[in-house]
Amino acid sequence: MSAPVTTVASAINQALHVLMQSDERVLIVGEDLLDPYGGAFKITKGLSTNYPDRVLPTPISECGFVGACGGMALRGLRPVAEIMFGDFSALIFDQLLNHLSKFALMFDGKVSCPITLRLPMGGRRGYGATHSQCLEKYFVGIPGLRVMTVSAYHDISAFYREAVLGAERPTILIEDKTGYSQPYRPLNANGIAEFEAREIAPHTLAFSANGFGSADATLVTYGGMTGLVLEAAKQLLFERELFVEVIVLGQLAPFRVEDLADSLKRSGRLLFAEEGTRRAGVGAEITAAAMERYWKLLRAPMARVAARDFVIPATKVLEDAVLPSVADVKTATLNLINHP
Amino acid sequence: MTLIRLVEEGLLDLFSKGRLFGTTHTCIGQEAIAVGVLSHLKASDIVVSNHRCHGHYIAFTDDAEGLMLEVMGRQGGVCNGKGGSQHLCTGQFFSNGILGGMVPGAVGMALAEKRMGKDTVVVVFLGDGALGEGLVYESLNLASLWKAPVLFVVEHNQYAQSTPTRFQMAGTVAGRFAAFGIPHAELNTNDVTVIHESAGEAVGRVRASGSPECLILHTYRLSPHSKGDDFRDPAEIAHWRENDPLKLSAAQLEAEVASRIEAECQTRVQQAIKAASAAPFPEASEDNLSEYTS
Repeated sequence: MSAPVTTVASAINQALHVLMQSDERVLIVGEDLLDPYGGAFKITKGLSTNYPDRVLPTPISECGFVGACGGMALRGLRPVAEIMFGDFSALIFDQLLNHLSKFALMFDGKVSCPITLRLPMGGRRGYGATHSQCLEKYFVGIPGLRVMTVSAYHDISAFYREAVLGAERPTILIEDKTGYSQPYRPLNANGIAEFEAREIAPHTLAFSANGFGSADATLVTYGGMTGLVLEAAKQLLFERELFVEVIVLGQLAPFRVEDLADSLKRSGRLLFAEEGTRRAGVGAEITAAAMERYWKLLRAPMARVAARDFVIPATKVLEDAVLPSVADVKTATLNLINHP
Repeated sequence: MTLIRLVEEGLLDLFSKGRLFGTTHTCIGQEAIAVGVLSHLKASDIVVSNHRCHGHYIAFTDDAEGLMLEVMGRQGGVCNGKGGSQHLCTGQFFSNGILGGMVPGAVGMALAEKRMGKDTVVVVFLGDGALGEGLVYESLNLASLWKAPVLFVVEHNQYAQSTPTRFQMAGTVAGRFAAFGIPHAELNTNDVTVIHESAGEAVGRVRASGSPECLILHTYRLSPHSKGDDFRDPAEIAHWRENDPLKLSAAQLEAEVASRIEAECQTRVQQAIKAASAAPFPEASEDNLSEYTS
């Protein structure tokens, strides 16, 4: 079980092993999870061997097994259900909207539904329109639902513990499937290459190349876009000597707008970058919330970088054009900084 | 059954007088099913119902007063006014307004109880209309595959809102359960003693085996779908009134017993309406409307 943790996938796998060992209420539910296959992305490898009666392989019935997990959560278990590709979460929308998220609220707090749903999102592999999306914006708008977004830089063990056991509410846990094979790079005292890194609030990370002193812009992002945004910030540092601070959110809902305050005080310029489509994206909500609260701190209008409002084409040249790139983030940041 | 009938008639009356806010879906004509099935359950069993839940709620909890407060939107109601007629919860009783939506949850609750070593039975009520939702079939598959101690009770009251069964259902109800290997019993009566006997056997088998079963009960909805929208043939309704479960059971009782029951229930319902009418409404405060409390 304890192989050295080198990739995000192995870090998540290990976090799940620890959860299963520490709390017998935790169940793992989803399609094709049994060893030796161990899941489409191998995230659950080894779990069915070590905990055979707590890993439930399911038929291809997302709505059914998520609803069933909701029932299990109502009776005190802690099911962790995997939707194989985040795109398939469209199939569970009624259970999310009219059931899991509403039980505690419409039943006046008499019951709670602590279900966790792992959703692997993300493109850039040419899998095409229905296997590449980032759909978190559709869940952020549902009252009562917690939406958490892990990155390669979070303490994954602590993150998963919080997601599964930390609260009594239904939780969507967004993973970056394209990033599963990336190196796991939790923050440490040495930072990340050019950047000093801090956890400035629970699950909110911040990166600065300037010791959190003056900042030319604040870039806010989450999940799979983190590496791309940090690369853009690094290039702007070396090419233009600009200090662009990066804030990586670990929780989109409930969202603590206060987490942005310190950086905005110093930069006055806010850009939000996401891999999901632009219209009514996560950025639309977060930048509006920031503007409402910190209008006086801003020296320019907010900026958003997101995917084009189109399908994600399968062929690489078109996929690259639809999804946001390092160049897109750099250009948008420069426009923001140069805004009169 | 009389208590349920008088509560339902009382609610329809209040609505017609403009004294209620919202909607309701009464179960008039189907009381024998709620009483016949749920009288076999323990307090630790679980009941999952739907938009037409009042009969199930009263048969399981006897909480006519809490129901009246809830439908009248008052503090002290089942969900302190937040749920209303179709979203009720006591922790062992659940109802929700999306047809078929609670069925997988019922299966999950049964599985959880079984995993925790209890002999809980979960009873979930569906109508002929709910059998149109695909999610129901996913749930039957899971219940049978994973052996969930669920008793599926299909109240075939012949109408899905305004739609007669023959316009919306291919095949048979029984065939649907047989497809997933779920044993079923089927009755064509509103006689509560017959339903009671058959339901007792079914509940007992589910509890003993830990596996799902189904009870298919053919009945008729005497009341409108919700408040007053009824375009059915009055002759058809009149015909089914001869088969009213209250009429059938009154025939088996001494006249003075039947009228005493009627009088006691009438007093109780009137008291419940009076108390609910005087109860305060809940507070529209931050605390009461906060989405994240834990």
